[in-house]
Amino acid sequence: MRNRDEAVQSTGGATLAFVNATIGYDRHPALHHVTASFPAGSMTAVVGPNGAGKSTLLKAAIGHIRPIEGSIGVEGCRRSDIAYLPQLAEIDRNFPLPVFDFVAMGLWQRRGAFGGFRRADDEDVARALAGVGLIGFEQRLLDTLSGGQLQRVLFARLTLQDAPLILLDEPFTAVDDRTTDELVNVVANWNAEGRTVIAVLHDLDLVRRRFPRTLLIARQLIAEGDTETVLTSDNLAAARHYIEAWDEAAPYCEVEPTP
Amino acid sequence: MTAADLLSVFSDFAFMRRALAGCLVLSVAAAPVGVFLMLRRLSLTGDAMAHAILPGVAAGYLLAGLNLWAMTAGGLAAGLAIALLASTVTRLTPLREDASLATLYLVSLALGVILISARGSAVDVMHLLFGSVLAIDDTALTFIGIVASITVVAFTILWRPLVLECVDPGFLKAVGGRGAIIHVAFMLVMVLNLIAGFQALGTLLSVGLMMLPAASARFWTRSLGAMTAVAMALAALSSVIGLIASFVANLPSGPAIIVTAGMLYACSIVFGPTGGLIARFRPARHRTG
Repeated sequence: MRNRDEAVQSTGGATLAFVNATIGYDRHPALHHVTASFPAGSMTAVVGPNGAGKSTLLKAAIGHIRPIEGSIGVEGCRRSDIAYLPQLAEIDRNFPLPVFDFVAMGLWQRRGAFGGFRRADDEDVARALAGVGLIGFEQRLLDTLSGGQLQRVLFARLTLQDAPLILLDEPFTAVDDRTTDELVNVVANWNAEGRTVIAVLHDLDLVRRRFPRTLLIARQLIAEGDTETVLTSDNLAAARHYIEAWDEAAPYCEVEPTP
Repeated sequence: MTAADLLSVFSDFAFMRRALAGCLVLSVAAAPVGVFLMLRRLSLTGDAMAHAILPGVAAGYLLAGLNLWAMTAGGLAAGLAIALLASTVTRLTPLREDASLATLYLVSLALGVILISARGSAVDVMHLLFGSVLAIDDTALTFIGIVASITVVAFTILWRPLVLECVDPGFLKAVGGRGAIIHVAFMLVMVLNLIAGFQALGTLLSVGLMMLPAASARFWTRSLGAMTAVAMALAALSSVIGLIASFVANLPSGPAIIVTAGMLYACSIVFGPTGGLIARFRPARHRTG
């Protein structure tokens, strides 16, 4: 009962807002003067060509990269409460850790480094595993899992994090259709519980079918809003025009911040 | 000679009892360090650090002779200096951590040998490099006990974050865990254990009591907790057999213990049920037949 109460409390959904944010590496912007907002309880796909700054957007949101200019605000939760699934998770799969223990790490915010695991925690872990269709995998070691199964394990851990804001970086790459469908349902459930979800995606069909909002970027913001109004052929053509390589001789940006 | 005769070396000689007590306590402390070094793929880092503490130990020896506390302080200072210097070089230059650590520990080892030979004799060099059971006096035993206690407490506190830092460092960072502090704390515990081990095993071989039992334990179980327990048991067994062999055959104690651990390692490779050679090739024979 207590756990359900906790869950209801924290699923208010958090707001993420980029205000004129320029984020980059070595002074070259990967994202140039981007202003965009993700309202509480929204479900947004981030779309754009390779090198458009999609991953950078998420990394900046959790504070791994500081913006060169502008600001990034999170309202409704602390930065460390954001659940983030990186594109290339640096997971050491040879470490002898059972799936159950790995997924239980999702309770870090609740139990920390030393807190003991209670009965309710064990049940939560079991429920999270059941939610991604991995009943019976509790004692399997990580190195015996397939790519799709590992992705399900990561989603189970995300579920346990009980985060008001969930960021997913290309979560369905190298995952088959059936697994993708089931995991998108998991994502939709998170959103139905009131959580804000932002996912970097490549599959435009999937975005059109399942994501109400879309943000189209190509180093700068191309369009933002309802998916149908954003994914037009004009906007997609504009995104395709963007040049990926850095210009080493590019002049310094003199744009005044818009008030 | 019967087993009772062999074990009587411990009941007959006080210095052998002290050496045994020291090595057994050391086994308990060093085993978990070795298991995590292995799982973090830092096995050679332990080796490098063992070399790196030598000039510190030598400096302590030059200033105060065979004084445990002086040599310990020197070793600790040298170990930490090398660890910090290596990670600084890694952060500020394109050199990777393994390369910067290798260069530093080689220079460090060379400096250490020069320092010792400047004042002492070849016997002293051998003693510091390879240890001697006779060196384990009551002060050394106390020190080993203190280090083991610190190690056990440190692992109690660090266990969960350390596992998380090994398996998924990105996640630990995202949930606000301080991976760098955990790494430094772990390195500190490792250096302490190396120094605790050098009286009996010598600076060069004290890492052996960490790594060999840990690597052997990998062949007996897949569970992390059991792996640590098996490593402790193997380290203790190596200590008992190694000390007896060193007494009976008049061998230096450090190499005797490490060679014993090496034999147990060879047995583990062959007979170990999880990844051992026999377990690996037996099912293949069934399939072709």
